[in-house]
Amino acid sequence: MPALTIDGRRIDAPDGSTVIQAAEQAGIFIARYCYHPGLSIAGNCRICLVEVEKNPKLQIACNTPVMEGMVVHTNSGKAEDGRRAVLEFLLANHPLDCPVCDQSGECDLQNFYMNFGLYDPRFEEQKVKKKKAVAIGPHVMLDQERCILCSRCVRFTDEITKTGEFGIFNRGDKAELGLFPGQTLDNAYSANVIDICPVGALTEMDFRFKARVWYLSSAPSVCNGCAQGCNIDVHFVLNRPHLNDGARIMRLKPRYNPDVNQWWMCDEGRFGFGWIDRGRLTKVLHHGVQSAWDEAMAAIASSLPQLRLGVIASAQLTVEELFLIREVFHDAQITASVPEAPGSSDDFLIQADKNPNTLGAAWLGFAQRDIVHDALQGRIDALWVFGHDLAKLFGEETLQELSSKLRLFVYSGTNENPTSSSATWALPAAAYLEKEGTFVNCHGRIQRVRQAFPPLLDSREDWRLLLDLARQINRPRHYRNPQEIFLGLAATEVRFKNLNYEAIGTQGFPLHD
Amino acid sequence: MAVKVVRRRELTFWEKLYIPQILSGLKITSKHFFRNLLLHIAHRLGLLKHLRASVTYQYPEEPRPLMSRFRSRHRLTVRDEGTPRCVGCMLCETVCPAKCITILAGEHPDPNVEKYPVRFDIDLGVCVYCGYCVEVCPEDAIRMDSGILDVAAYSREEMKLDIHELMNPALRKPVGECNLPFPHQCRLTGGQIKGSWEEVASGRR
Repeated sequence: MPALTIDGRRIDAPDGSTVIQAAEQAGIFIARYCYHPGLSIAGNCRICLVEVEKNPKLQIACNTPVMEGMVVHTNSGKAEDGRRAVLEFLLANHPLDCPVCDQSGECDLQNFYMNFGLYDPRFEEQKVKKKKAVAIGPHVMLDQERCILCSRCVRFTDEITKTGEFGIFNRGDKAELGLFPGQTLDNAYSANVIDICPVGALTEMDFRFKARVWYLSSAPSVCNGCAQGCNIDVHFVLNRPHLNDGARIMRLKPRYNPDVNQWWMCDEGRFGFGWIDRGRLTKVLHHGVQSAWDEAMAAIASSLPQLRLGVIASAQLTVEELFLIREVFHDAQITASVPEAPGSSDDFLIQADKNPNTLGAAWLGFAQRDIVHDALQGRIDALWVFGHDLAKLFGEETLQELSSKLRLFVYSGTNENPTSSSATWALPAAAYLEKEGTFVNCHGRIQRVRQAFPPLLDSREDWRLLLDLARQINRPRHYRNPQEIFLGLAATEVRFKNLNYEAIGTQGFPLHD
Repeated sequence: MAVKVVRRRELTFWEKLYIPQILSGLKITSKHFFRNLLLHIAHRLGLLKHLRASVTYQYPEEPRPLMSRFRSRHRLTVRDEGTPRCVGCMLCETVCPAKCITILAGEHPDPNVEKYPVRFDIDLGVCVYCGYCVEVCPEDAIRMDSGILDVAAYSREEMKLDIHELMNPALRKPVGECNLPFPHQCRLTGGQIKGSWEEVASGRR
C-alpha cells in the first residue's frame, strides 16, 4: 500500500492503482475524457494532467501508477495551464453546435471549459468538416465533428460487448470515429456508448430533440425488464407536456451499482418504458363501462366472502404487495406465476426470466398452481388477475370461457388488453415507477424501486387498493405506506429479518437462502 | 418594518392667502404655452432649431417614432429560403421568466442545420416584454424590433402567436391561410404537421 500525497492530503492507495484512482478514493476529482473506470486505460485525451514533484513534465493521472512518497498537485498553476492547453487543442476543431446538440447541459467539454478553460479562443483557421448526424444503428446517432477521439466507445465495443464495431480511422486532424465497413451498431448493449461518450458525438436517437437535459427531473429506481434488476435513473418531464406528446418519461439511464450492473444496462431495458405512458388503463371499468373506485371496491368486497377465490399474482409486483396479497387473501388459492416462455438471455446482464421479482415471490411462499385450470373446472368461482394478459398466455378462447364461467373476474393492471376488457372489474394499477417498493433480483439482492411521479390519472398503487379492500372485507391491516408494510414483512419473514428501507439504501442489500 | 410618520407641512401665511399661489401656477402654464407657441413659429421659419418644443402626436393615426432599442412585438428572423433561423435550442423558453414560450423541435434535412422549431408559440397575454429571449438567442433568431405596439385582442386565445405571425409580423389574428412551406405544427390544421422540405427545395413560398 504505497502512501502518497495529493493536494496536501495523505492517501494510502492500493498497489497497482493509478493517481486518478487514488484521488477519486480521496474525493478529489481529476478531469477526464478517455479514462473510464469500467474500461481499459488508453491515456490519449491528456486532460487529466497533474504535476508530480521531482518530475520535469506534467503526468497523466489516469496512467501514472502510485508510488511511495509521491507528491501530486492537481490544482497548481502548472497543472492548470497544462489542462487549459489540452482543452484548447480538443476544442480547436470542435464545432459550435451547443444550441442544437442534445449533450449540451451534460457535456464534459462545456463543464470543463467553464471550470478551468475560460480562455480566449485563438483558433482562426477553418475547422475541419466531417460527417454529421449519421444513424449508425437503431439507437445511436454519430456526429464525427463533435468527437474528441477519446476512444471510450471503441474500448466499450472491444472489451465489454466484444463486438468491435467501432474504430478510429485516418490520422492527425483527419482522424475520425467510424464503424468498420459493413457494420451497424446494433448489439444488445449499444446504447451504453451514449452514456460513456463525454461529448455529443454519440447521442440517443429516441431522445433526439425531445427535450433539453436541464428540463429533466431524475429519480433513482430499478429496471423491471428482467430478473437482473439493473439500477436505473428515470429521467422525466412533468411540467412541459408538449415536449414528448404528453409522455412523462424521456429516457432511462443506468445507475452505477458495482454488484449488479456496474455502469451498464441493456437496450431492451433502456427503451422498454413505452407502456408506462401509452395504452394505459386509466379508468375503473365495469364490464367495459366506466365506473368509479368506490363502487368497484364496495361491489368486490360485498361479493368476495361468498365466493371461492383464486388469485394470479405477478412477479412484476413488489415484495410488499405480494406480502399483502398473501395476508388479505389468506383463504384463497394463490399463485405468483403463470407459465411464460423464457425471453432472450446472455451471460452478461440479460436474464431469460423477464420478471423483476420472481425470487421475492418464491421466498414469500407463492407456489406454482394452475389456477386457470381450476377455474375452467369450476373449482373456483372468482378470479383476481394482477397484470397478466390471459389472452396472450392461454389464448382468446380460454379467456372467453373463463369470463363466462366466473362469477367475479377482477383484473388489476397497468395497461389495456383483452383481459381488462373481458373482466367484470378492471382496476387501473400504478406502474412500478409510480410506486414505492422492493424487488428481489435473481441473485437474491433486495433493491428499492422509488416513486418517480404519481400514478397516472385514476390509477392506484396495488398496495393501496389491497389495503382498501382488506378494510372493506373486515381484515384491516394497519399499514399506511409501503415502508410500514415492509416492516411488517420483516417482522414475520426470517429472510427479511431486521431489514428496513434505510438498510436497503440506494444500492440494495444482498440476502441469501 | 419600521413605520415612518410623515407630517404634513403647515401652510405658511403667504400660501394661505390662496390668490398668489393661483397666479404662480398660471405663470408656469403660460410660460410653457408661450414658449411652445413662439418656438413652433420659429421652427416654421427655420429659426432656433437647436431648442426643442413640446409636441402632440395624433396617435394612432400618427405613430410616434420609436427608439432603436425599444422592445416591441417579437418576430422570428428568416433564412433566405424562407425557413426560420431558429434552431430550436429552447434557451429562450428556458430563460423566459413568464414561461410564455412553447417550442417543439424537429429534424432539419440539412445536417449542418440539424434542428429547427416545428412549433414556436409565444403567449403575449403572459409575456412581460423583458427581452431576455432576444438577449439569450445564440442565432439572432428572435428579435423584438417589429415596431408593433398595439397588441390587442378580444380573447386570450388570440393573444397567442404561433410561428406564422412570428415569422411574418405583418400577419394579424386570425391568420387566414398557412403558406409556410417547411413542416410545422399549425393551429390552422389542428396541430397536424403541415408542409414539407420538398416544397422548400422547390422554392414554393
